[in-house]
Amino acid sequence: MAKEITERKEEFRTTVDGTVVKRVYTADDLNKTRQDTSLPGEYPFTRHIMPAGYRGRLWTMRQYAGFATVEETNRRYKYLYKQGNTGFSVAFHLPTQEGYDSDHPLACGEVGKCGVAIDSLQDMEGLWDGIPLADVSTSMTINATAPILLAMYIAAAEKQGADRSKLRGTVQNDILKEYIARNTYIFGPAPSMRLVTDICSYCAQDMPYWNSISISGYHIREAGATAIQEAAFTIANGIAYVQAMIDRGMEVDSFAPRFSFFFAAYTNVLEEVAKFRALRRIWAKIMKERFGAQNPRSLMLRYHVQPDGFTLTDQQPLNNIVRVTLQALAATMGGCQSLHTNSFDEALALPTEQAVQVALRTQQIIAYESGIADTVDPLGGSYYIEWLTDVIEDGTLQYISKIDEMGGALEAIRRGYIQREIAQSAYNYQKAVDSSEQIIVGLNKFVTEEELAPRILEIDETTEKGQIERLKRLKQERDNKKVSEALNRVRQIAQTDENIMPVLVEAVKVYATVGEISDTLRDVFGEYKEPSIL
Amino acid sequence: MTVSTGRKIRVMVAKPGLDGHDRGVKVVARGLKDAGMEVIYLGLRLTPEQITEAAIQEDVDAIGLSCLSNAHMTLFPRVAELIREKTNKDIFIIGGGIIPKKDIPKLKEAGIAQIFGPGTPISEISKFIETRLRGGENKDAKS
Repeated sequence: MAKEITERKEEFRTTVDGTVVKRVYTADDLNKTRQDTSLPGEYPFTRHIMPAGYRGRLWTMRQYAGFATVEETNRRYKYLYKQGNTGFSVAFHLPTQEGYDSDHPLACGEVGKCGVAIDSLQDMEGLWDGIPLADVSTSMTINATAPILLAMYIAAAEKQGADRSKLRGTVQNDILKEYIARNTYIFGPAPSMRLVTDICSYCAQDMPYWNSISISGYHIREAGATAIQEAAFTIANGIAYVQAMIDRGMEVDSFAPRFSFFFAAYTNVLEEVAKFRALRRIWAKIMKERFGAQNPRSLMLRYHVQPDGFTLTDQQPLNNIVRVTLQALAATMGGCQSLHTNSFDEALALPTEQAVQVALRTQQIIAYESGIADTVDPLGGSYYIEWLTDVIEDGTLQYISKIDEMGGALEAIRRGYIQREIAQSAYNYQKAVDSSEQIIVGLNKFVTEEELAPRILEIDETTEKGQIERLKRLKQERDNKKVSEALNRVRQIAQTDENIMPVLVEAVKVYATVGEISDTLRDVFGEYKEPSIL
Repeated sequence: MTVSTGRKIRVMVAKPGLDGHDRGVKVVARGLKDAGMEVIYLGLRLTPEQITEAAIQEDVDAIGLSCLSNAHMTLFPRVAELIREKTNKDIFIIGGGIIPKKDIPKLKEAGIAQIFGPGTPISEISKFIETRLRGGENKDAKS
């Protein structure tokens, strides 16, 4: 009899759903009934959406940035551009995201703190000073106030002489995950879904190169979801948006090619690669089988990735460079279209320029030195990866059918089902870390006492004062009669079913502010109050 | 877990300001509940005034504030100031979030009892609250 082999642990389990992981995988572990032998670029796109993957074009290196005033953020953008960043990604401060001007009492202490302060078109113009919007691609993390900020972007671009039909970029515009995880909602689900679909219809008509929505699993994962929950709740939200567009009378292939996604990447490289493969397969099948999409572009899951900020440790912060490298490797071996890499100091504060450079270099080293970009889906065909892809697909589909039974994502959110599932996972994870069942290097194992305190970025307290003064000046200098007329038209259109975008573009052009427009919409739509779910 | 009077320790946790990152505050709320405390989660997007008023009304022993948006230097001291102004009860305040280490001494000076950063085990927070309520200052707490 062979000698018994001893192993480190009694059993090994996936973190996606706790399924037992075997010592080794062979051809016998593959699901013979699936018969997915598709190549990259072929339905259901499991291996990649494009036949040549990164051999054709590398992913877009898109660093998310924004802080303090438009002048400081503009400087950071120009720096990133010089360093080889190929797309911009705007972080707005919270007052802009939640529809308050910088002088609102709730904005006190928040101005310019975790994003750039944008109150009016004047700020948006300053943000892009010297950057030709006709030539760049821009992603904006904006949701409840997405129609207003997209209107400002269009207006700023047109002032530069750019044609809106040529603009390239993405607006996040994903309100459902705000109720689930990110919490920058303003209005209730019904008016919010109307605004989301207003943007999607407007872009389908006027902005053919603009991604009208970025359906986001990132924040769901960040809030504590497992990889399967991230996949399932994001796809369920995607289904709700597609259905809402169809309910508006839009034909699926007229808008679905411009739907994009945004996911997280954790440090478990193989699970994350499998997740991305499973997601592509699931979305393609849903779009084809459930919604009857014909255009191949409607079936393709195109996505941006950000390594999960939650995985960064405050302790021994330089270790985060290694974590981000593994997470970025998972994102790229998984086939992402665009990637942000976190800076090692982000568990401490906003990143410094040096930390941002290391983060961007991480992507460049993967792209040009690691060799993973030389062949498409380099891990495809690995027994373990294929098995994991199936496990994640099955788990995701189970959740989706449960949500379907409830009546869809909106109803599942209303009942608090999705929020409770995530809160439970977050708590389980905390307990696993507290009990050292889950090892985090430098946090609950290999702990050191002496710690190097890295230099951190500080936001000058004068930012808030300066921004409030700028706003005050604007309100004195603009034509206030035109502003109140424009706000009245916004109110009128908000009360009808008409698309709100054209009237918003007019309002921002006469320098109506984010707060003024949001208040007008609050009057019509009311505000959402979140149920307390622990 | 009870205070010397025999009643359960009452803690209110809340998110002042506009920050929506609520994973930490929810996990802490549940952890403290499991440690035997009565926990009220007041929710998010609150002004220091709303938090103070609720804390007094609910007659809590401690307040936990969470902020990841970098607005802690404005919001945390304001809650401490309002508590001192509006009540004689010794309600103590702890905080968490993305708080740079160099801000911690200033926050303590402003009346925040302790700051718990990312990676803090929940047992460390519950022990701190318990010790503080049983016998004044906690000398052993990690700063």
